[in-house]
Amino acid sequence: MSYAVSMTVNGKSVSGDVEGRTLLVQFLREHLRMTGTHVGCDTSQCGACVVHVNGTSLKSCTMLAVQAEGADVTTIEGLANGDELHPMQAAFREHHGLQCGFCTPGMVMSAIDLVNENPDPSETEIREWLEGNLCRCTGYHNIVKSIEAGAKAMRGG
Amino acid sequence: MTATGIGAAVKRVEDFRFLTGRGNYTDDINRPGQSYAWILRSPHAHAQIKKLDTSKAAAAPGVIAVFTGKDLEADGIGGLPCGWQVNNKDESPMAEPAHPALVTDKVRHVGDQVAVVIAESKDEARVAAELITVDYAPLPAVLDMNAAIGGGALVHDDAPDNTCYDWHIGDAAAVDDAFKKAAHVTQIDIVNNRLVPNAMEPRAAIGDFDSATGDYTLFTTSQNPHVIRLLMGAFVLNIPEHKLRVIAPDVGGGFGSKIYHYAEEAIVTWAAGKLRRPVKWTAERSESFITDCHGRDHATSAELALDKDGKFLALRVATKANMGAYLSTFAPCVPTYLYATLLAGVYTTPQIYCEVRAVFTNTVPVDAYRGAGRPEASYLLERLVDRAARETGLSQVEIRERNFIAADAFPYQTPVALAYDSGDYGATLEQALTAIGHDKFEARKKKSAKAGKRRGIGFSTYIEACGIAPSAVVGSLGARAGLFESAEVRVHPTGSVTVFTGSHSHGQGHETTFAQLISDTLGVEFENIDIVHGDTGRIAYGMGTYGSRSLAVGGEAIMRATNRIVDKARKIAAHMLEASEEDIEFKDGTFTVSGTDKALSFGEVALSAYVPHNFPHETLEPGLDETAFYDPANFTFPGGCHICEVEIDPDTGEIKIADFVAVDDVGRVVNPMIVEGQVHGGVAQGIGQALLEGCVYDDSGQLVTGSYMDYTMPRADNLPSFKVGNHATLCAHNSLGVKGCGEVGAIGSPPAVINAIVDALWDDGVHDISMPATPEKIWQAIQAGQRAAAAE
Repeated sequence: MSYAVSMTVNGKSVSGDVEGRTLLVQFLREHLRMTGTHVGCDTSQCGACVVHVNGTSLKSCTMLAVQAEGADVTTIEGLANGDELHPMQAAFREHHGLQCGFCTPGMVMSAIDLVNENPDPSETEIREWLEGNLCRCTGYHNIVKSIEAGAKAMRGG
Repeated sequence: MTATGIGAAVKRVEDFRFLTGRGNYTDDINRPGQSYAWILRSPHAHAQIKKLDTSKAAAAPGVIAVFTGKDLEADGIGGLPCGWQVNNKDESPMAEPAHPALVTDKVRHVGDQVAVVIAESKDEARVAAELITVDYAPLPAVLDMNAAIGGGALVHDDAPDNTCYDWHIGDAAAVDDAFKKAAHVTQIDIVNNRLVPNAMEPRAAIGDFDSATGDYTLFTTSQNPHVIRLLMGAFVLNIPEHKLRVIAPDVGGGFGSKIYHYAEEAIVTWAAGKLRRPVKWTAERSESFITDCHGRDHATSAELALDKDGKFLALRVATKANMGAYLSTFAPCVPTYLYATLLAGVYTTPQIYCEVRAVFTNTVPVDAYRGAGRPEASYLLERLVDRAARETGLSQVEIRERNFIAADAFPYQTPVALAYDSGDYGATLEQALTAIGHDKFEARKKKSAKAGKRRGIGFSTYIEACGIAPSAVVGSLGARAGLFESAEVRVHPTGSVTVFTGSHSHGQGHETTFAQLISDTLGVEFENIDIVHGDTGRIAYGMGTYGSRSLAVGGEAIMRATNRIVDKARKIAAHMLEASEEDIEFKDGTFTVSGTDKALSFGEVALSAYVPHNFPHETLEPGLDETAFYDPANFTFPGGCHICEVEIDPDTGEIKIADFVAVDDVGRVVNPMIVEGQVHGGVAQGIGQALLEGCVYDDSGQLVTGSYMDYTMPRADNLPSFKVGNHATLCAHNSLGVKGCGEVGAIGSPPAVINAIVDALWDDGVHDISMPATPEKIWQAIQAGQRAAAAE
């Protein structure tokens, strides 16, 4: 049986018919063809699928699409203003916080939520916050540097 | 150095699309009318298939087709080929059992492919797969290598004693003689733990068939699309190259695991032709764990003979290497030519003998994983040297310095086939000692002790061979492929440049680094350079990216093609400026007639090449487009020194990396930002191997560590920030002087970590600890050491 679902994604109203078992990430990737949000595991461990739902970060593999009914969802595609990167995106580029790019959308979305909660996180706080985001390329060194710089930029320099 | 030339830390070109969610990974691609494949996999490690009934699945909602190994056989589809033949001690070839894309009679590891369901949706395919009835007759599973060669069940009937090969290198008699003269012999037994590469992007493949032209296209998560086209087209599906295009778009990490030709690629391509519809398959992470090739898995016994001054006289090594259930594409070369040939390390050991027995077991196939053979060699050697220092009373620094190959001894021929071209191992050691503050270590150790902690320092002075190439060399060692690289540099009429490279970027940043070569050489503005990779339909040929070969082989091919562009452009400039070719100088993007103010920009020459109104066509062809195939003279030999400091809480076994220094010699650095990033990632994987990661199979052959809930991936809070340094000696046989940086981190770091733990706990009676050195294992070792001390 299918369910009608409507939500706001990156400021636009979207709707679709989904199965009860359809995950939010499947709705984004397969129904809306918004493929910026990635799937890296099947146990909600890797964090590649982190999006913001109603302003806070969430692994979009842990929520059914029907549970997001009426929600305000932001994905990696919704951060930049045209070609102008969000300060956290810009910091990742400036500090080489990404290599293959696959974990990057989740890392950036998660990092922004961290800074929204804690505007000036320490290295230890950043590393603990990222416990739910796996990266195999960077060894996290430059991700931490990027988030420190991104937080500074989000604070206004 | 210009802002975008060689040596500049240019920000990456590729980042904008990755940061805005506009990357184009295989699973992001959707073809019109595509169907979805789900592979039914064996739940048993070893079993005979008595009966296989797919009728219910075939009738399930949304199902388009169900195929089994018999369908592949009926179409004459071959097994997956192995790309490297290793011979036994008696020169007979290795055992090379069949590796079917879908099995017919027997499954040989948990995850082996039994059948494929193709349906309108992935969920329908998956649900239907559960309706397939397989009557398995389980067989005893053989998992342990000693059991495998000691009369255990046979994985393949045509591989007696489960032995793939029994190979050796070196002069056994000379080694025996040297041991007789030894003042001291140090012996260790060591296991190199089995790892799962775990690139963050799971593998995926989409097969497509154009019934109008008869052309096949495969989109796949590959590090080397041309190699896949060759292996799959020629050996599995019988599709000639001109009818098969393989595209590896953005690939989310590889680390070796995406080098190989996997069954799913052949299945979706074949099925797309059969069904006249695109077929898409994407692995779930649980499938990745039981189908992506694993890495490492060696068990080794080694002895080092030393004279009274601590000079190494000889090394004797016996290794068993796990191949898993089938031979993956390059598996046979990993524990032989990428391992035993590195056993001289950075030392002058005059005699070395190594024998390697490769063994089949009912486990996932093992192949190259970041470092591939070289981490196993450096771990063995550096653990052995560490132990020898403790037994002879020499310091860790002194024993190494006494045995280093001197900086003026190059080229240096080792007793195990390799000829090193350059290096300065004393310099990288010195730089690392300074960076970690070695002279203050004792003070730090005392401070830790006051807090009830044990602090230790561990060293690794390593070498590796990369830039994996010389076709002649690898060919003589059993490679069934050449290992060159190709590049085409196409200058467009307006002076912008497209480079078509056979290397493949899956995180390495080639689009930036390779553009720096062009910017530096041609003076073209950075934004007017485009790097194209990963598509057999656009790139002439390529051997792909692995073995840290992209810059040393692929980059050098680009340089050669670029030099041909300059040569041709010089001819055109000479014609345009009415000067002789010898008088034309090219610098910073401008051609000048020497001694005059007559000049032409590179762009003007490019335009003229395509508007050749007055060219003397007998002597000067239009166009500015050059291709080079480059096959180097030798491997490259990065090396360096990694030093790790750990602090351990003896009450809990909890371990913290207090400091980690890597000083590497990767040759000339084109983009220091990218090189440092590569080292960070490699070191993180090396620390992961040392402290966290390891495959565990239960007695029935189930992979217990089959998810991120169970396999301990390094997370941000497991790792420190790293101190990375560079001390370059230039590669002697490529024009760039580059060596390779992709694997040094993973090769150098594990022994530094484990040696640091042994150093911290030596006085607690802990003289050895196996990887991964988890807190529990450390705590148990401390307890055992203290019990042993109490009993004495």
